[in-house]
Amino acid sequence: MSAAVSLRDVHKRFGEVEVLKGVSFDVAPGEVVAVIGRSGSGKSTALRCVNRLETIQSGEIEVHGRRVDDPQLDLRALRRDVGMVFQSYNLFPHLTVAENITLAPRRVRKTPQAEARHIAVEALARVGLSDKIDAYPEQLSGGQQQRVAIARSLAMEPKVMLFDEVTSALDPHLTGEVLKVMEALAKGGMTMLVVTHEMAFARRVADRVIFMHTGKVWETGAGEMLANPQTPELREFLANGL
Amino acid sequence: MGGFTLVHFVYLLQATLWTVVLTVLAFGLGSLAGFVVMLARTARTRWIRAVSMIYVDIIQGTPLLIVLFLIYFGLAVVGIELPALLAAAISLMIYCSAFLGEIWRGCVQSVPRTQSEAAECLGLTRWQTLVDVILPQAMRIATPPTVGFLVQVLKNTSLASVAGFVELTRASQVINNSLFQPFLVFGIAGALYFALCYPLSRLSRALERKLNVGRRQPA
Repeated sequence: MSAAVSLRDVHKRFGEVEVLKGVSFDVAPGEVVAVIGRSGSGKSTALRCVNRLETIQSGEIEVHGRRVDDPQLDLRALRRDVGMVFQSYNLFPHLTVAENITLAPRRVRKTPQAEARHIAVEALARVGLSDKIDAYPEQLSGGQQQRVAIARSLAMEPKVMLFDEVTSALDPHLTGEVLKVMEALAKGGMTMLVVTHEMAFARRVADRVIFMHTGKVWETGAGEMLANPQTPELREFLANGL
Repeated sequence: MGGFTLVHFVYLLQATLWTVVLTVLAFGLGSLAGFVVMLARTARTRWIRAVSMIYVDIIQGTPLLIVLFLIYFGLAVVGIELPALLAAAISLMIYCSAFLGEIWRGCVQSVPRTQSEAAECLGLTRWQTLVDVILPQAMRIATPPTVGFLVQVLKNTSLASVAGFVELTRASQVINNSLFQPFLVFGIAGALYFALCYPLSRLSRALERKLNVGRRQPA
């Protein structure tokens, strides 16, 4: 079976600094992969390369058979397949929740207004925020904003979802409500690549965990790997991080 | 020698109208050109950014009066004789385009980059991202300085008087030349300018205050 996402020997430099030093891994369709590691280990950069928010110097990245590193890539087609949720939510502050969610369907897919509204209603139901449809982002808590951001991404029916430290800006209480939504998504069969500091989430929800260290995939395995680290680096990371 | 009469005052009011016409023309055309300058200054292509920056630097570093002389007297020498109103409007348009372009560039770039990243991740084009996501946010920031700049433009229309265009300043010169009552005549002209500018300044300040509070009224 061909992978939903695959990285092959990916190298990425920011100026002189090499952030990714030959990263390779696959995500199978329907699989949930958690990427963990210290700040600066390259995990967020790897994620951002997958939907080409960053371009790579060498290697190959494929998403559902589409070569992401191809200069002729149809960027918009790639981004229709790949949803992304950010640490800082990045909701559009001048638009209501409904408008945030329906903007892309209306502009990109030319969905009529009434139908788009219906999409918003459904997407909000999935993240449990149906009553906030006409609120503005600033009227919501961080956790609610992040759930709207997830709904906004879902409304485009992506094949793969990327999560870039989506709970790092939230307090533990609000983190829980976001993780619950993500867990439900995972159970629903969404292909997910999740950069996270939430070890409990990685262990419980992820099919596979990738530990990145100094720009490389250092250790990879099922969630149990976190209980039984093989490398001293992962052992140290887990000891300090929890 | 007669004194200042109602006829003179009506003449000044008519000239004030021309000042307004010139302001609207200059600011309207200047806004369109300024929008293009803003697009060029934030373009992805390096040479477009470079060329537009040179344009902005040249215009901002040149007195408006010199630009007006070049357009009105300069073009006449090479056979292009423009009516005074048109020459003044074009000069002011050029002046506006450079300043508004720069003001707006700053406002557009003050919208966090993550906003356009999020929009592009949703599959929006660069243009859709600009129109639907960036500009609505930039406009809120841009409104106070833009209205403030409008006041500058309105006052600078007085320079059109040197091209012989009869706006408020030129009209007061004409009246003063026959009455020799400079304090009275130019005082009234000043008051008329003030009557136009002051509400705009207040508006600009009010908008700024509203923006600094930075909060939308709860829906």
